[in-house]
Amino acid sequence: MSTLLEVKNLKTHFFAKDKVLPVVDGVDFKVNKGETLAIVGESGSGKSITSLSIMGLVPKPGGKIVDGEINFDGKDLVQLSENQMYKVRGNEIAMIFQEPMSSLNPVLTIGEQITEVLIYHKKLSYKEARQKAIELLKIVGFARAEGILDDYPHRLSGGMRQRVMIAMAMSCDPKLLIADEPTTALDVTVQAQILELMKDLSKKFDSSIILITHDLGVVAELADRVIVMYTGQVVEESPIVSLFDEPLHPYTQGLLNSIPKIDEEVERLSSIGGNVPTPDSFPKGCRFSTRCPHVMQKCIDEQPELKEIKPGRKSRCFLHEEGVGS
Amino acid sequence: MGKPENNVIQQQSDQTLGKRRSLLSIIVAKFMQNKLAVFGLFTLAIIITACVLAPWIAPHDPNFQNLRNRLAPPGPEFWLGTDHLGRDLFSRLLHGGQVSLTVGFVAMLGAVSIGTTIGAIAGFFGGRVDAFLMRLVDVIISFPNIFLLITLVAVLEPSMEILILVFALLSWTGTSRLVRGEFLTLKNREFVLAARTIGMSNTRIIFGQILPSAMGPVIVAATLAVGGFILAESTLSFLGLGIQPPRASWGNMLTYSQSVTIFRTAVWYPTFPGLMILITVLCFNFIGDGLRDALDPRVVEK
Repeated sequence: MSTLLEVKNLKTHFFAKDKVLPVVDGVDFKVNKGETLAIVGESGSGKSITSLSIMGLVPKPGGKIVDGEINFDGKDLVQLSENQMYKVRGNEIAMIFQEPMSSLNPVLTIGEQITEVLIYHKKLSYKEARQKAIELLKIVGFARAEGILDDYPHRLSGGMRQRVMIAMAMSCDPKLLIADEPTTALDVTVQAQILELMKDLSKKFDSSIILITHDLGVVAELADRVIVMYTGQVVEESPIVSLFDEPLHPYTQGLLNSIPKIDEEVERLSSIGGNVPTPDSFPKGCRFSTRCPHVMQKCIDEQPELKEIKPGRKSRCFLHEEGVGS
Repeated sequence: MGKPENNVIQQQSDQTLGKRRSLLSIIVAKFMQNKLAVFGLFTLAIIITACVLAPWIAPHDPNFQNLRNRLAPPGPEFWLGTDHLGRDLFSRLLHGGQVSLTVGFVAMLGAVSIGTTIGAIAGFFGGRVDAFLMRLVDVIISFPNIFLLITLVAVLEPSMEILILVFALLSWTGTSRLVRGEFLTLKNREFVLAARTIGMSNTRIIFGQILPSAMGPVIVAATLAVGGFILAESTLSFLGLGIQPPRASWGNMLTYSQSVTIFRTAVWYPTFPGLMILITVLCFNFIGDGLRDALDPRVVEK
């Protein structure tokens, strides 16, 4: 399988008055063509900033990509000018967000918003764009697409709006779709429909997906491979099945243990003790050392590296080193 | 996509779509509930139509002097009487209204365009751009406007065009602050980020995405501004610094009310132009208030 996107040593830092906050701190991963990669992590692990870095939309002022490469389809996106990025965004890489309620402009009709993308990127005439918009809305599951076109977003439910967002995202046939918690704001039944839809569409359009989520259930549903992020770094990378069968990194193990299981009765739900350290108070050694149940002296002194443990599986932990045993 | 759950979604959407009303029709309906605003709109429509049609409906040449008829009281020949040079007051009112309304509208368009653009740029880009533009606003607000106006008009030949230009260049500050404030909150909304992710440039986001949401307060401010400009034109013309005779404007028709004899012997002469200014400005204010309520996004739909 050929690689579509390769992120190498990406560092996106935020500069406050006298501090540097390494929110994304040396992230490496690859996305293959047609593959769905999930990025999992708690709030504050840098997963959203990673995706915004790929889009070239790091929040300003303050944020900046200080190092690394983002190779997408033969281009290094970090080096592209703003004008060149306009052509990439929406056209080659599209993005959908967590809040379908606020991601659509409330004063423009659905039709205006979808046709705008098509007219801008595909240089269609208004008529052609409208026709294409109807097709797209049908693909995402609106039977009477013509009726929706002249509606304002406030007339649609959350699930319907997320469908519209997906239609907009897919309108230019992007090679990569970044979905930032696409189902978090929806009810469970609607979540399942949206995931189903995304799965179908990625097959139909042959596009890759980066799925950003903190919901491991969503990951299991949709992803081929998973990377787990913690404090701006990748701590584990794994194909989906083996991650659930045998998590390597203690953080991943903790995450999986915190999912309540329906067939076990427990007094208290288990959780990972402590909080995610904030970017200005990262420990010197392993960043998980403050919460890790297996912490050793070495973990406090040195940072482990992300190493391939088994074929296709990487983990950032000293426990896998020979002589330590896990 | 023939999955059963999608059909459920479709049915729901068909139900909600059954009672669809466009945003515009909601706004119109709410505006119509405000009796004063409707009255204002109606009256203003009559005034504007009459002034636009002045060349056809005015019974006399507005500048034709007939000293034998000077200061004639209202009657069948001169409906609203004549002025100190024997010109028909009604005809002059209609033609003068053209001037006053034109000044009001064009100056408003100018001021609102400048103010909106500057406010949008300041609010959207923030940082140094914002600081610079807002200091510029502070400077302009601190100008002693009326003296500046008088000086400018005294130095330049006073004419309708100069008046409009000066009004527009000095009065955009309020709008720009208003628009800046709207942009500061709107630019952080998620739909702006979503627009960026589909590759829209800043210009398109400012004018295509954010500005439509910010237009409500601007329309209200613009409506109220027209009244303000009409008053300002009247003031300057009253002082002899605005529209120059023989061209009529509501303001310069009031000039002669400064004379005690005219006030004693021909009270209708200053009364009618004064009344026209009052009614017109009042109408604009009523309409502005009506629009303020109708465009308030918090009560868009019941």
